[in-house]
Amino acid sequence: MSAGGSVVIRGGEVVDATGVHRADVLVGAGIVQVVEESLGVPPGALVLDAGGCLVAPALVDLHTHLREPGAEQAETIESGSRAAALGGYSAVVAMPNTTPAIDCASVVRDVRALAHGALVDVAVAAAITVGRAGERLVPFAELAELGVRLFTDDGAGVQDAGLLRRALEYAGDLGVVLAEHCEDASLAKGGLMHEGAWSSRLGVPGQPALAEEVMLSRDLALVRLTGTPMHFLHLSTAGSIRLLAEARAEGLPVTAEVTPHHLSLTDAELSSFDAVFKVNPPLRSEGDVAALRRACADGLIDAIATDHAPHPREAKEAPLEDAPPGMLGLETALSVAWGALVESGLISAARLFSLFTVQPARIAGLGAHGGPIAAGRPAQLCVFDPAERVLVEPERSASRSANTPFGGRWLTGKVRHTLVHGEPVVIDGKAQR
Amino acid sequence: MTSALVGVRRHLLSIADLKRDELIELLALADSFAEVVDRPIPKVPTLRGRTVATLFFEASTRTRLSFETAAKRLSADTMSFSVSGSSMAKGESLRDTVETLDAMGIDVMVVRHHSAGAPHQVARWVRAAVVNAGDGQHEHPTQALLDCFTLREVLAERAGGRPPEDLCGLKVAIVGDVRHSRVARSDVLALSALGAEVHLVAPATLMPCSLEGWPIVGAGAELDALVGEMDAIYLLRLQLERMSAGLLPSLREYATRFGLSTERAMRMKEGAVVLHPGPMNRGVEIDAAVASSERARVTRQVRNGVAVRMAVLFHLLEPAGGAPAPLEGLADRAER
Repeated sequence: MSAGGSVVIRGGEVVDATGVHRADVLVGAGIVQVVEESLGVPPGALVLDAGGCLVAPALVDLHTHLREPGAEQAETIESGSRAAALGGYSAVVAMPNTTPAIDCASVVRDVRALAHGALVDVAVAAAITVGRAGERLVPFAELAELGVRLFTDDGAGVQDAGLLRRALEYAGDLGVVLAEHCEDASLAKGGLMHEGAWSSRLGVPGQPALAEEVMLSRDLALVRLTGTPMHFLHLSTAGSIRLLAEARAEGLPVTAEVTPHHLSLTDAELSSFDAVFKVNPPLRSEGDVAALRRACADGLIDAIATDHAPHPREAKEAPLEDAPPGMLGLETALSVAWGALVESGLISAARLFSLFTVQPARIAGLGAHGGPIAAGRPAQLCVFDPAERVLVEPERSASRSANTPFGGRWLTGKVRHTLVHGEPVVIDGKAQR
Repeated sequence: MTSALVGVRRHLLSIADLKRDELIELLALADSFAEVVDRPIPKVPTLRGRTVATLFFEASTRTRLSFETAAKRLSADTMSFSVSGSSMAKGESLRDTVETLDAMGIDVMVVRHHSAGAPHQVARWVRAAVVNAGDGQHEHPTQALLDCFTLREVLAERAGGRPPEDLCGLKVAIVGDVRHSRVARSDVLALSALGAEVHLVAPATLMPCSLEGWPIVGAGAELDALVGEMDAIYLLRLQLERMSAGLLPSLREYATRFGLSTERAMRMKEGAVVLHPGPMNRGVEIDAAVASSERARVTRQVRNGVAVRMAVLFHLLEPAGGAPAPLEGLADRAER
């Protein structure tokens, strides 16, 4: 199926900013041609059934670890992009904590070349400091010129406040966004899970909520000083939400994301001592999960992002102390968030999709993604069946890794078809290449 | 005599998994093995042909020797594995290591590991029964069992008869580095399940961050207020690296506030005892004179450790649903 062929998505409910309405969608030449209640099928067009489904803009992930270059045993751009397509995504932002780190023009070009032919569009985020070592600034202007929009040392926060201040000042007029993984190393040091009732009971060294909040608070002060926008990755605590609410009320130019796993799992999972639940920031308390869900409902949170972090089986089948942090997310994100936010009655389907589509696309500067579904727009579409129940089978993941925390659990909702630039890369839940 | 045991467990991973009745049964079983240990030839053929392997991924002397002694007194074959000089030193993973040993047909793996939960992980990977011999700062279940066993003896001495089945009414203070102590976590659960009142005494930096759900009566930093009321004072070993981590100003200050000095020990109740999991830092958490006094039950704890571990090994290897393995001289005693 070439990107140029016509496709009719028939029988679904199209999701837009205001809600859902019954419509068929005709796609041709990579763009949406017609959106109407009842469409005929042009000769030669592929018909995709969307009966009982929501037809939404395909999703945009602000936070994907594709592991290439450097850790291809865990994931490649190809395998990660396939997982993304199966999860309903048309674009992902590749995090720069690769080996080598994405911190200069040549690595940006390399990764883009590797991403040529991937099932989804791969945007590249670059590091804030060279080698993510927290010492010297990357060439922001040169990278911005290449089209890099997000900069982050994700995997760790920028510990040196003076250095981050200079980065924000220097990058201030380049139209870029600095994104922070908020984690004060002196407070988080040695912590393998959230510090609280469970860590105390289990005797597992804890990482306090404060480690995130102290750095967030510091960064907000730096945004106030410099006026340069910042994006906050995977906020995970009730305290962070309070700080974010204050920053919003003050009008600071900040955006924030949460992950599906922080919306759905708590630190109690660690009582199994299974390292698949080890992640940074750690799974938090029930109170934190509730606060994150409310923040999605209140509009404080701009995006749901996966922090998809593949690790090979042998790395995760290790004592908690030795196992690396991180979990898969791309294939389960929409269903998990659907369960946590829509099924629970907190937000509408339209609101959920805006957290997955238009809002993250705006933050990442990906104008060709995130909708709306309208004639003339690039055809990035996700057809989602909100009723289908799916058993998560880690071994069947399209990712090279299997470290999903939802293995063996039933989720509600399944991505049926995904179109990227008009090409049906996923049909009936199966990747087409 | 063992038919009343509450379900045969496949593993012993944490006290948190055990119900009060199971603790009582294990202690009662240990009574029988204590009698074996007291014999001129302290050995029974119960586990002949079975193999017990000790897998210690962290240094230990007493616990490993105690398990090996227990296994030998039950006539089991023993093997021991330590990480230095092993395939793990060559980069083999924990899973591959234990699966390799499992393939040799080992019946019980006694696992000590520096990471909390490692024995739980091993239990998911192997066919053998797994005993947690201390995992990080999480649990040390057989230590708690031997501590409870030792405190039952104290109650028996007081009453001048056989040991009571539980520890109802006993007041115990656990003093020291509770936050980092697997002994404290197991002891709190076991002591309270058996009806003892547990108090924790530590500076805030060595107290767990949260005590939510801990079955204790009180927690604080004031030892002097409790010394005269406790039936037992359980001193935890102070790891000397706590000083460099900035958790304590100095050993001297710790000893002054939380050490069981001779002067403090004099204010203890008549018949009250002092326990310590060892190895002791004499002069830090316990004065040398107190450690050598009649109150100290430290060597008794070590001795009881063998009987308790015999009970655990026996319990795990008892043929499920079948007749109890022949225990010479044991059945008649239990029926008395």
